This record gives sequence, structure tokens and C-alpha cells, in this order.
Amino acid sequence: MAREYRTIEEVTGPLMLVRGVENVKYDELGEIELADGQIRNCKVLEVEGTDALVQLFESSIGLNVEQSTVRFLGRGLELAVSPDMLGRVFDGMGRPNDGGLDIIPDAMRDVNGLPINPAARDYPNEFIQTGVSAIDGLNTLVRGQKLPIFSGAGLPHAQLAAQIARQAEVLDSEEQFAVVFAAIGITFEEADFFISDFRRTGAIDRAVMFINLADDPAIERISTPRMALTAAEYLAFDLDMHVLVLMTDITYYAEALREVSAARKEVPGRRGYPGYLYTDLASIYERAGRIKNKRGSITFVPILTMPDDDKTHPIPDLTGYITEGQVILSRDLYRRGIQPPIDVLPSLSRLKDKGIGAGKTRKDHADTMNQLFAAYSRGKEARDLQIILGEEALSEIDLEYSKFSVAFEEQYVSQGFDTDRSIEETLAIGWELLSMLPANELKRVRQEYIDEFYIWEEAEACE
Amino acid sequence: MKRQSQGEVIKVSGPLVIAKGMRDADMFDVVEVSESRLIGEIIEMHGDEASIQVYEETAGLGPGEIVVSRGAPLSVELGPGLIGGIFDGIQRPLDTLVAMEGDHITRGAFAPALDREKEWEFSARCKPGDRVTGGDIIGVVQETEILEHRVMLPPGKAGTIVEIHSGVFKVTDVVAILETDRGAREEITMMQRWPVRIGRPYVAKMSPSAPLFTGQRPIDTFFPVAKGGTAAVPGPFGSGKTVIQHQLAKWAEADVVVYIGCGERGNEMTDVLMEFPKLPDPKTGYSLMKRTILIANTSDMPVAAREASIYTGITIAEYFRDMGYSVSLMADSTSRWAEALREMSGRLEEMPGEEGYPAYLGSRLASFYERAGIVRCLSSDDEERVGVLTAIGAVSPPGGDLSDPVAQSTLRIVQVFWSLDSDLAYRRHFPAINWLTSYSLYQTKVDAWLNDNIAPEFSKLRVDAMTLLQEESELEEIVRLIGQDALSDSDRLKLESARSLREDFLHQNSFDEIDTYTSMNKQFKMLSLVMQFYYEAQKALERGVAFDRMVGLPIRDDIARFKYVPEQEVDNWYALRSEQLLEEMRALSD
Repeated sequence: MAREYRTIEEVTGPLMLVRGVENVKYDELGEIELADGQIRNCKVLEVEGTDALVQLFESSIGLNVEQSTVRFLGRGLELAVSPDMLGRVFDGMGRPNDGGLDIIPDAMRDVNGLPINPAARDYPNEFIQTGVSAIDGLNTLVRGQKLPIFSGAGLPHAQLAAQIARQAEVLDSEEQFAVVFAAIGITFEEADFFISDFRRTGAIDRAVMFINLADDPAIERISTPRMALTAAEYLAFDLDMHVLVLMTDITYYAEALREVSAARKEVPGRRGYPGYLYTDLASIYERAGRIKNKRGSITFVPILTMPDDDKTHPIPDLTGYITEGQVILSRDLYRRGIQPPIDVLPSLSRLKDKGIGAGKTRKDHADTMNQLFAAYSRGKEARDLQIILGEEALSEIDLEYSKFSVAFEEQYVSQGFDTDRSIEETLAIGWELLSMLPANELKRVRQEYIDEFYIWEEAEACE
Repeated sequence: MKRQSQGEVIKVSGPLVIAKGMRDADMFDVVEVSESRLIGEIIEMHGDEASIQVYEETAGLGPGEIVVSRGAPLSVELGPGLIGGIFDGIQRPLDTLVAMEGDHITRGAFAPALDREKEWEFSARCKPGDRVTGGDIIGVVQETEILEHRVMLPPGKAGTIVEIHSGVFKVTDVVAILETDRGAREEITMMQRWPVRIGRPYVAKMSPSAPLFTGQRPIDTFFPVAKGGTAAVPGPFGSGKTVIQHQLAKWAEADVVVYIGCGERGNEMTDVLMEFPKLPDPKTGYSLMKRTILIANTSDMPVAAREASIYTGITIAEYFRDMGYSVSLMADSTSRWAEALREMSGRLEEMPGEEGYPAYLGSRLASFYERAGIVRCLSSDDEERVGVLTAIGAVSPPGGDLSDPVAQSTLRIVQVFWSLDSDLAYRRHFPAINWLTSYSLYQTKVDAWLNDNIAPEFSKLRVDAMTLLQEESELEEIVRLIGQDALSDSDRLKLESARSLREDFLHQNSFDEIDTYTSMNKQFKMLSLVMQFYYEAQKALERGVAFDRMVGLPIRDDIARFKYVPEQEVDNWYALRSEQLLEEMRALSD
């Protein structure tokens, strides 16, 4: 039996100092028993001689320094995993909170995981059809990728994420597919939106959910993403499933991390966030991926709201440096009624080039993608000019680009949250739009593809 | 042999462990912590208490566990078997670890960097009785089809060869016996060790002057890096830093490439591992992996080993430099290295400098880049052996803001600055090197080389092109205010030619089979064709030809397609098109 200590010296914020401990290890899990028999969890942040600095996972309300006892469990934070997790809802610490029974564990897994050996990774290159044109056509998602959604307060990122979860079915029905959803510090309503959406579409049967709501202890948020990814790793690499991990909202996670760091009086980095924020975020994001000789995969779509829509804020900034691209939502497009309001120019999927082309999507995909980007970018520039100087100031060709960019937003990007477009449909819409421009303007498309796909009637109709 | 000291852990805080009873250990000695033998390095001493940065996850470690010093600073193994390998920040071979430990990196995992069982064909280059000193080549091993591994006497050793044998040996087998001046006999193997934080010695450093060709047009033509020079690529995320680093690793004209993935994405290393073996080296035709060494300490791997990774990488690079090779080193990204430094500094409770970075950030960065250069290698031979080490570091400033301390400290040191721009990246103009803010201090020297070796008018063309781009940015301001119509024909020609420069020359598609690499000959011809149009059109304007008639000339489509013309057809193609350009222009005046 583990020794119990009645030597709590001080409690400040989420931290507690216990004196006179023996044989306590760094990162070990502990339990605090309150005077009334309540059990709270904690973990060791630092050991120095016989002093242990521990971090509480729950609130410290009602904790009495004199009468509470601490025992250390001799292990780190673990999650019980089993195939029965599918269809269940857990709290941020991995305890069932849907009123169901406890999971009978198939295995206990350390939630911190271990870094994947880069030499064991398999390169993600299989196309995932999300049914969203702005993603499939221009910022293609592949299996094993980590592609965050950068959003802002009040933008419909939840709808987009739910749409992806609903539509991102694997084309090959032989493969098993699962969704792991982690709510980190979001409101009940937002979490409820996801749960009801999963129920409505039946996706709940192949989903595992970890819910930490805004009024749950903030410190629990540090564990929640790790719980979710531990479950995802089990499903992907033990049970050969293709797992899509949705996580919202990373911003609250980083704030919880800052809270602990501030309580420890660490030297802050930018905007008060700890200097190790990058390393910490990486230890979460990098758990996505594929492994050689394993059938499953973890595709990771974290959502974060950019404070004040600022992309250079440390959270989106560091995330962008770790993830393989980003999908950015724009307030401007949202106001104009474009749904989903994906701003395609600053959005990027770094792995798209490996997931598209002949045999994966279609041979002309890369060329049309580049052309659409270039034309839309030029069209937007022309529109800016038009606003300042009026239509007359534009050359004839710039006017065509300007019209193209409007049509592109309305037809290509704005498809609504219920439309599921196949990649063929997406490519066809792309060619319809490109055919608004003269064929000799399409410099990024190979001549053979222009010959095959360009719609000449469309061009004439425009003239 | 130095006495090994054994101590005991008293404090654990993340990757920082403090142990007492370490009085006999030296600063920067490598230690093994606990029964699982986690590797660490002593970074501070207070009395008999040593602060140790541990290169592995420390969860589960507690006071009372043993700490044993190895009695030597962090060193790398140097010898045959490095090429084509992938190592972590402290030179553990990652592919061997996969075979030993599975898909994840477990704690305390260990395997020697060089395969002890592999046999190499050693052919001696000395004979008994020869007098040799450190750096002398005693024999060679054909390590890969394209790389002869020159086995050198370790620096600091000297004496007379007593025995030396050609034949098949393992790296730890004795290949030669040396009698030192004091009469002691020393056994020499193909493998040597070198502490990573100390630069390997050389005779003298020289000033770089020849360009390092990379096959990347904006770099070679506009912002060249010299062989033995230093360059930095800062840019916000999504601006293509990693693609540029990969392109340089693929196509830079080097004998050996050391690529350090320092705190970056795991999939990027996988990409290199999967793609490089399939790509042929433009010079030799053999797979690129036959000249590449990868150091991978991805962002999820322990942070202290990340700090060590760039030193491990550059020490290996120096070793090949000492053989007389041209080595290119890419570090992606030095910002992650600096963050690792900051994290350790924070744990040591040091007084922070700017943005929480330690005050010694600048000097550490400077001493890293200073290990690059072109040197006369250590050797007692009369013939001079010259080795080259070119260092190119990526910087990831937060939000792309160059006032970041890492970016600023780097810019003070490096000679070439390729500034990546997010606006260009949004427009999908890649490589997104901003031509107005980037610079290369090697330009004058390289210009002289290009004029002598490629074409006498090269530097003039380049200056004209740069002027054109400069003028474009000024004209664009005017267009933004009063519209395109207000411009004179000559200004519109400038805008149009600058656009052609940007789209048909500077824009280079790394994912296109042909466009990914452009020889210097082709670069010159492409630039010259773009500029020829501008010169000829200027003349035509003077003759009174309207600008609008020139824009639609068929030759302009050909200029745009030049980048996709295969290397072997370039000369012919250029001669024909150059002729055609003149003809079409002439026809306009008639």
C-alpha cells in the first residue's frame, strides 16, 4: 500500500507543495483525500530532495492543508482503452460521463505517449474526400495529416468541423473509420452541437468523445487532448482503424498551460505563454500520422480561435509551425454570406501535392489548383483596385479576373454546410470557372489539359 | 583514464536533473542517469552538485537514483557508415532503433551510431615507416558508389606507421599501428570520436569566392551563396522554408549533405527518407541518399537532444570537410534550437535576455555559424587539401516578425539573407524569396566568377533585371493611386517585363520534374531571353511601335514555357527563340 502523507505545506492556485515525501518520481500521479473523503487527482511537477511540487487537476476548493492526505500512485496518468470506447462519452480525465458503466480495459496506456521514431513513419499520401471544395480542390487533406482550422470568435468553425467529420467517409468501405472528438473548455452549447450532430447522423456509434466544458476545472484541459490522442492511437495502431481526431479549442488548452506556468513563476515567453509552448503543442500535434506496416492512421483537425483574429498570436503562430498547413476562416467572407467562409489564399495544405493527381484524384488537379489560386489572387487584387479607382480604371482582362473572383467565392467556396461534393464535381466547377477566362490566360495549366477540359462555350457565353 | 564519478539525483524538473556527489565530474561530461541509463550532459556545477540536461523523457525519475559520469564530453562517432544514415540529436541511429525497439522511441534505448558488424574494404594509403600527423589520410574506404571515405589520423596524433594493412575490416578493428615520438605504440581504427561542442581543427581559413550552385534561379542568379559561406532563410510558416531547404539538400552542388531536422515535423523527415533514395544526383546520376546524412530530432522528441542536434550535425559535416570535400549543411530550424536553449535556461533560473532567451543566444549562434567556411585541411602532405563547409539555417520568427531575437542575432552573422514573404506565398509565387529585401554579400565575388565562367554580360543582365524589379514596385504604387491608363507606354513595358521576370524566371516549381533544377547555363539563357524582349521592345517603342502590339507576340508564350524545356535542348531552343524574337520585333516595325 502506498504511503500517505499529511504534510501538505502550501496550496497556491493549481499548485501544492508536499514535504517529507520519499521515493516520489517526476510526473507521477497522486490522489488527495479530503477531510470528507472526496478524492482529487494531482501529478508531480518537480521533486527536490523530500519536497514534491504537485499540480492539481481539479479545483482546490475545500482542500484543507491540515486534514487532507496525499498518496502517490507509482505511475503516470493512464487511460483504460478497449474497443468498447466507441460510442461512449468521457470527461476530460477519461472517466465515463454518459451514465454508462466503466470501461473494462483491454490495456492501460500512458497518456503522454512516446515520440514516433521518424524512421518508422510512413508518409501521408492518401487523399481524403471531405466533400468541401475549398479543401478537396485547393487545400487537400490526406490521411495522417494534421490540418488545423484557424477561426475567430463567432465564426462557424464548429459547423465546418462537423461537416468534415460527417462527410470524410473513406471511399473504400473495407476500411474501418472512427472519430475521436475532444472538447477543451468549450461551452455546453457548442459541445452539444457536436454530440447532437453525431447522433443525428449516426456517427456517434463510431465516435469516442472526451468532454471538458468551460466550467470544468481548467487544469483538466491539459490532460484532455492527451486522453483523446491516446484513445486515437489505440484505435489506429492496435485496431487498424482510420481515425479522425477533432479537437476544439486549442486556445483554451494553451491558456490552461499558461495558468500552470504562471503559478510556477516561470519566466514567460511571448504574451505570458511559457517558453515551452511550442514543444508542448508539438507533443500533441506530432502524435498524428501513419506508421509503416500499420494499417490505421490518425488524421488530426484541431480547431483554434485566433484571439482578435490575429494570426501572429503565439497560439496560431506556433501551431502553424508544427502542423502541415492550416484552413483559415475569414470574417469578411462570413459577413458576405459565403459558407463555409474559407479564405483559400492564406490557407494551405502542405501535403496536398502528394495526395493529388492521376490515380489519386485526377491528372489535371495540380494544374487547375495552381491556376485557380493564381487567378483568384489576381482577381482579388483587381477588385481592390476597382474599389479605389472604379471599374473604368481596370483593363479588360483585369475586369474579367475581377468577375472570376466573385464567381469563385460564390460557386466554388460557398457550398453550404450540407452539400457533399465529390472530387469530380469540385474539379468540374473549377473548370467552369476557369473557362470564364480566355484559354491563353491559363498559363499554369498544361496545354493538353486545356484541350481536354476547357469549356469553350462557357468562354463564348462570357464574351 | 579519468576517474568516473558516481552521484545521486536530488531534484527533477522536466529535462533538468540535479545530482549531488559529482565533484569529480567535469563540465559538459556525459552522464547516465538512473538504472534505465538516460543520457544527459552536465551544464552547471555548484560545489558537488551538478545540473544535468537529460536528453530523454524524465517521467518516473526521482531523488536517490544513481548518476554515473562517462568521463567524456558529448561526442560523435566518425567513420565509415555515416552516409545514408538517419540519427537523432545525440547520434543514435534511428533505423536501428526501429528494428530494436519498435515504432516509438523508448527511454534509455541505445545503439552505437556506427554499425559495429558491417565490414568495409579498407585500402591503405601509407606504408610502414611513413611519418604521419593528425589529419593525414592513412587509407580509404569506398563508402558509397560516389563517396570515397578518407580515413584520417585523428587530430592531435603523430608518429611513424609501424604496421598497416589493406583488407576487410569492421570500424573498430585495428587497421594500423602507430609509434609515437615517445616510443608508445597506438592502435588506429577506422573510427574516431570528436566532442561536438568543439570545432575540428584546420590549418587556415580562406575567404569564400566561388558560388555554390543550387539550381534554384532566384538564389543562383540574384542572391548567390558562396562555397563555404553562410546563409539564413527566415520566414513565417507556410512561406516555404522547408521546401527551400529540401531543394538545396537535393540540388546543391556538394559532395556530402548534412540535413538537420531540428524540432520540426516528423513527416518532413519521412519525406526526405522516402524521396531522396529515388532522386538522382544531377552530377553523378546516383541516388541522392548516397551523399546525404540526416539528423532528425523532431519537435516531439526530447528538447535537450534538440539543443545538441545542430552540434552533432556540424561535427559530422566538419569531419567530411576535413577529408577535402565540399559539404553543405542545412539546419531546419535554428529557431527551434534557440527555443530549446531558452527552455533549459529557464529551468536553470538564469536571468533572461530578450523574449526570455538567454543572454548568450547571440554568441552561441555566432560560434555555430563560424564553424562554416572554406579551409586548408590538417595534413602533413605538401599538396594542399581544401575542404568546404557551407551552412544554411532556417529561422522561424514568430508571426514572421524579423525583430525576433533569433532572427536578429542570425542576421548579424550570416552573409546571405533570403527573406521569405507571406504575400508572395499567398499568391503562390514560389520560392517566395522577396527580391526587394533579400541580399547576398557574396554578390561581387560571385559576379566576377559568373562573368568569367558563364557569360561576360551576366552581371549586367542581373543588374538590369534587378533595376526593373525595383522600378516595378515604384510603378505599382502609382498604378494603385491613379490606375494603369495613366502610365506611358515605356512604363507599361517595364511593368510587363517585370511581370515576365517574376512569372517566367523567378517563379520556379519545385514539384515539376524539369523546373525543379535549372543549370547555370539555362538560367543565363532564360534571363537573357526575358531581358532581350525588354531591350528589343524598348527599341521598338522608340521606332514608334505601339506597346499593345508587342504584348500579344507569340514569342511571349515561348518565353513562359522556357522553364519546362529539358536541359539538353536548351542551347538549340534558345538560339531559335532568340532569332524568332528579333524577327517578330522587326515585323512590327514594317
